[in-house]
Amino acid sequence: MRRFVLRRLAQAAVVLLGVSLIVFALVQLVPGDPVRVSLGTRFDPETYAALRERAGFDRPLPVQYLTYVGGALTGDLGVSFRSGQPVTTTLLDRLPATLSLALCGLLVALCIAVPLGVVSAMRSGSLADHAATVTSQIGVSIPDFWMAILLILLFSGVLGVLPPSGYVPLGEDPVEWAKHMVMPAVTIGVVSGAILTRFIRAAVLESLGQDHVRTARSKGLPDGLILRRHVLRNALIPIITITGVQLATLLGGVIVVEVIFSWPGLGRLTLDAVLARDYPVLQGAVLLVAALFLLVNLVVDVLYAAVDPRIRYGS
Amino acid sequence: MTAPSAASATAPSSSAPVLSVRDLRVSFSSRRGRAPVVTGVDLDVHAGETLAIVGESGSGKSVSMLAVLGLLPSHAVVEGSVEVDGEQVLGAGPERMRALRGREVGMVFQDPMTSLNPVLTIGRQVTEGLEERLGLSRRAARDRAAELLALVGIRDPQARLDNYPHQFSGGMRQRVMIAIGLSLDPAVLIADEPTTALDVTTQAQILDLVQDLQDRLGTAVVWVSHDLGVVAGIADRVVVMYSGEIVEQAPVDALYATPQHPYTRGLLGALPVLGERRAELATIAGLPPDPVARPSGCWFAPRCPIRAQACVTAHPPLREVGPGHLARTLCEVAP
Amino acid sequence: MTASSATTPPGPDSPEPAPPPAPRSTSREVARALVSHKLAVFGLVVLGLLVVAAVLGRTAAPYDPNAVDVLGRLQPPSLEHPFGTDDLGRDVLSRVLVAARLSLVVGAIAVGIALTVGVTLGLVAGYYGRWVDDVIMRVMDVLFAFPAILLAIAILAVLGPGVTNAMIAIGIVYTPIFARVTRASVLSVREEVYVRAARSLGVGDLRLLRLHILPNVMAPIIVQTSLSLAFAILSEAALSFLGLGIQPPDPSWGRMLFEGRGFVQQAWWMGVFPGVAIFVTVLSFNVIGDALRDALDPRQRSAIEARGASR
Repeated sequence: MRRFVLRRLAQAAVVLLGVSLIVFALVQLVPGDPVRVSLGTRFDPETYAALRERAGFDRPLPVQYLTYVGGALTGDLGVSFRSGQPVTTTLLDRLPATLSLALCGLLVALCIAVPLGVVSAMRSGSLADHAATVTSQIGVSIPDFWMAILLILLFSGVLGVLPPSGYVPLGEDPVEWAKHMVMPAVTIGVVSGAILTRFIRAAVLESLGQDHVRTARSKGLPDGLILRRHVLRNALIPIITITGVQLATLLGGVIVVEVIFSWPGLGRLTLDAVLARDYPVLQGAVLLVAALFLLVNLVVDVLYAAVDPRIRYGS
Repeated sequence: MTAPSAASATAPSSSAPVLSVRDLRVSFSSRRGRAPVVTGVDLDVHAGETLAIVGESGSGKSVSMLAVLGLLPSHAVVEGSVEVDGEQVLGAGPERMRALRGREVGMVFQDPMTSLNPVLTIGRQVTEGLEERLGLSRRAARDRAAELLALVGIRDPQARLDNYPHQFSGGMRQRVMIAIGLSLDPAVLIADEPTTALDVTTQAQILDLVQDLQDRLGTAVVWVSHDLGVVAGIADRVVVMYSGEIVEQAPVDALYATPQHPYTRGLLGALPVLGERRAELATIAGLPPDPVARPSGCWFAPRCPIRAQACVTAHPPLREVGPGHLARTLCEVAP
Repeated sequence: MTASSATTPPGPDSPEPAPPPAPRSTSREVARALVSHKLAVFGLVVLGLLVVAAVLGRTAAPYDPNAVDVLGRLQPPSLEHPFGTDDLGRDVLSRVLVAARLSLVVGAIAVGIALTVGVTLGLVAGYYGRWVDDVIMRVMDVLFAFPAILLAIAILAVLGPGVTNAMIAIGIVYTPIFARVTRASVLSVREEVYVRAARSLGVGDLRLLRLHILPNVMAPIIVQTSLSLAFAILSEAALSFLGLGIQPPDPSWGRMLFEGRGFVQQAWWMGVFPGVAIFVTVLSFNVIGDALRDALDPRQRSAIEARGASR
């Protein structure tokens, strides 16, 4: 098992290196001089020279890349063109907000999707199943930014019970944290939940049709036991995959929700970086998201091995 | 359509049958209408005997057996009578069916690779039935499971209890399936094409194993197969099914010596025989009829080499053509 | 019973064996499915209306979508202005209708790009295999690893905002899923007997791809096209919302929602109606895509498209 984990870590490191190359190349693709473009109207020779020096743009490309990677390994991702702050600090400042949002959103999604998916698979073809399918289609089609607006309209506007925007860290004030978290998490949770419902339903349906379920029935085992031990347990594998994928997607994809709710997270940071051509920050943010994505994948793979002995022992 | 009592046309044991099926009908609803896949099957299985059910794919042989245990999907409609030890179980409700499974009638399925749960140990899959249905403790169930594995010829059973299915070979997996099928001491074991997915050598081993177990435990066995060669060695009686109905039924020797139905003769003729040289293997031309649209008259007539006018107008009933020998024909064949 | 009599053909009085059921053609299946799924009918109706609106363009709109009327700003929905007016007095209904055309066009072109590039890559990867397959799919994997919005934004960071660039960005984002779906189909078709037979006769690769392989991989591609259209329109709306897509003063649903957000308390209609338009359009494409999938292959559910559905 340990060897398995180590092997996966090594693979992840290689992929991350590849991502860093792409991220680095991204900046090189920008037509013109990135620093000049970024400073735009705030251009002044001193700042320009200082930023160029700091970013090392005058050095040959391979050296630049190696410096970048070297810096990244020690935690130095450069300095923001816009704020002058070290990128790493900025990223770490914003990470908790996005992380908590993604996790809460996923939680909401699972609370919706697991019961809905399992029930509609068990009662496949029934009215309940069709209703669930339609609900899921609706959920997948709702633009998240629209849903957010509707929620704000209802809960902040008409009812006035929830704050329309902002973030309060959990440690500071749990009640306020919750009040600020509800709408963003529900917005994310509904759309994610709709996607997850379909997959959970498909996974459970497939599991139900497996031959070994028929064998279990032929032993005269009670339905509840068969469901728990033979159907759901085996459906876990694809369900873990899709949940992992969703989480990874959410980490990078909550930009729009963050914008609407003025959430101080990585998403909004990335967007601001794009609009301001703040390339070091953009690079750093993309690299971080990729790293998180790989981390989530790694955890998913380890969970796989825990659930499926064929992967643990290899055939 | 009632046949002359199948019970009277049977074999050695004069006691009441352990499993008795009368007029079993199974249909599936499909896009094109109701498809009657099994159309009135009568069977008896007596204690300790081996009954073979033979037929090609689509003949309804597997579906009939699955219907007996209530293992068909919910869109299947099952009608008729199934009696186990004299008690009617069809229509007796899900709880009765559940009680029946494994305990009174056990089953072994065709593909040992997919019929076992890949994420559970073999031991768990054997003990769960023992714990749930027989109420054994974890410890006692494990011991019994090891005994069962030894019984089916698996070496080092205690250690292998903790192995997973993918760590066993195909033949070993099927032995495990047989162990599971017998674990609750059923009176009848239904084996649905248990050797079809195995190579010939392993096939022979499994056949021997089942015969041996039957001698030792006295379990009745229903062996479903498409291969007349396989059943010759182990069956006491053979039932031949075609397009959902029984077309011939006889003690094994009589069937092989004097087959009456042209379909049976076709099947036997298609068997390759060691030592015999032929230019090509014989086949039966044509295909079985579509269950939604069967012809009037005899259903085999379109493919029958000795078809007569009478065969097309009336659907032949099962009639007695010899001691314990029934055939659904209108023709006479000299013995 | 000798061997030969078992193969004797039926006698002179034999009735004809029952004819096999008529083979099912793809287009008939599609038509049947679309009609039987009531939701799909709804989807088609909506789509029809949208296409009409898109084609008619400005002529369908009751007012000039860009006509500013400061005195009549922020009017609630009425007979004159069924969707109300926005903060500049522009008629919301007209803007929604005109934006429909842009959204559909952008979505269609973006998916067109993704389809052309993705299917080609998938065909090549699946057909030629080996290192070609590896290289192409690794690149697709890297693209696929990024959440759609993030990737689109990153691409626009390089290209700069604007409609054309948005189309390219969205096209790139949705290319991998087409490549994967195509490749999977090609892999299964490639080993079919008729393909190998044609190959052994010396039929050239290009011809083989065009005449034998492509027609048989069409089904999943068609399904994916409909689904991707849904998400492409959603992505375009999101990009416009963020100011990176369709630029003002051209009306776009996403941008209208952004503007509406600022006036949520005073003018709820600004934030609701454009969203309804997006929702209904995306839903239609999704529903049609699902119905197509049921018709063309009810058992289709690979892990590949599992990932793709989140795009």
